[in-house]
Amino acid sequence: MAEVHAEMVANVWKIVVSEGDAVEEGDTLVILESMKMEIPVLAEDAGTVAQLKVAEGDVVQEGDLIAVIE
Amino acid sequence: MFDSVLVANRGEIARRIIRTVKGMGLRAVAVHSEADADLPFVSEADDAVLLGPAGPAQSYLDAGKVIDAARATEAQAIHPGYGFLAENAAFARAVTDAGLVWIGPDPDAIERMGDKINARNLMESAGVPVAAGTREPVTDQAEALEAAARIGYPVMVKAAGGGGGIGMGVARDDASLVKAFEQASRAAARFGDNPAILLERYIERARHVEVQILGLADGTVVALGERDCSVQRRHQKVAEESPSPGVSPGLRERMLAAAVRAGEAVGYRGAGTVECLVDADAQDFVFLEMNTRLQVEHPVTELVTGLDLVELQIRIAAGEVFPVAAAPPRGHAIEFRVYAEDPKRFFPGPGKIDVWEEPAGEGVRVDSGYVAGNTVTPFYDPLMAKLCVHGATREEALARGRTAVAAFRLAGPKHNLPFCAELLDHPEFVSGDYDTGLVARMRQA
Repeated sequence: MAEVHAEMVANVWKIVVSEGDAVEEGDTLVILESMKMEIPVLAEDAGTVAQLKVAEGDVVQEGDLIAVIE
Repeated sequence: MFDSVLVANRGEIARRIIRTVKGMGLRAVAVHSEADADLPFVSEADDAVLLGPAGPAQSYLDAGKVIDAARATEAQAIHPGYGFLAENAAFARAVTDAGLVWIGPDPDAIERMGDKINARNLMESAGVPVAAGTREPVTDQAEALEAAARIGYPVMVKAAGGGGGIGMGVARDDASLVKAFEQASRAAARFGDNPAILLERYIERARHVEVQILGLADGTVVALGERDCSVQRRHQKVAEESPSPGVSPGLRERMLAAAVRAGEAVGYRGAGTVECLVDADAQDFVFLEMNTRLQVEHPVTELVTGLDLVELQIRIAAGEVFPVAAAPPRGHAIEFRVYAEDPKRFFPGPGKIDVWEEPAGEGVRVDSGYVAGNTVTPFYDPLMAKLCVHGATREEALARGRTAVAAFRLAGPKHNLPFCAELLDHPEFVSGDYDTGLVARMRQA
């Protein structure tokens, strides 16, 4: 199981995957936006998206849990 | 002269404009979002109006709200700063239609230069050199591939209505072109209302050098020297200097003359910038785009000319007729953009500012948008301050830069002062012989 956390304060601009989706290492899970820059959040391992803890429009803080990959 | 100016912007540029407005004895009105209520530009203005929530669309980009704020505070003129509504011709027209003075160029000039395809074609007919590229919007992938084959790789793919590096990408072959075209199209759709894409021959190892022009109320256009903006990450500027160490006197003369022609071709009034790419080896240049507004890095020009560009913008907008003599630069000035971003990867790092102590002293100017206790939020661009140094020579400016960067105490958000220090010790930057690939090379090492 791998937890994916936000690296910075950002707005969640786009959710790319859904819970239950199979992902490969390096796949984009969600796209954050901070200070006019898009920051893709990537899966660090292959697996299944077990949990998705954010929704489009959310504001995440540094360290917030974004997703859990199993 | 009108008696009041509403500043339709935020952060460091709002604060810098407000300083001149008040210095001229005029009333300064700030507008702000909920997220910016505690920033110095709000308290330093004579009047302030809350526009709405943090999101730019509900605040700084809402033209109707800005004009309503001007009416409510009886402001007579609007200065747009840079970004947000500064290059929005419809806004400029709405301001004039509301009976207010627009501190900027004619809306037609904004419109003609706002579309990069139009601007290129117009400049070419005015005798300003342009790079090989598309003269019509590129609408699909097949057209893009065909155009790239004609122009020859590498090519730069851009959104015609884009700015600030948004949607720009370099393609070196068909595969990367398809990717760059998709990215530019997506950016164009998302950040603006102009879906057009253009392709241009990409010049390797180019310097980005721009000319400051000023269109006077009597119709004459003067060029106030150049700025070298080749220190860039993600096609966005990090440091700028004037004069450019890569431009010979002969090239400077040709660039300044071309910039004046460019301004005259659109009947330009007020402060504008003609951006060019310079091939330093060949001592040749091509037109890149024209920014019809005050530029972020205008302080370096102010330092070497002794002029206050904001004051001149205001006086020109008020219809005052006065001469401005183009003169050789006095000494050398360098600006460092202090961004809220990590100094290695340049990723955004907003946060609360715990410590903020600006350097001061001979030849040091800081234009900042924040004080200790403020929070840098993720809603706007990462520019916190501009640290500018001026010296009799480039060497003196570099030395003052090192001292000033070391003396700037900043804690809380991630920030790029360590990068500025690294840059000031980098042999390529110190030598002056650098190009737009410098930052990428620094990070590959």
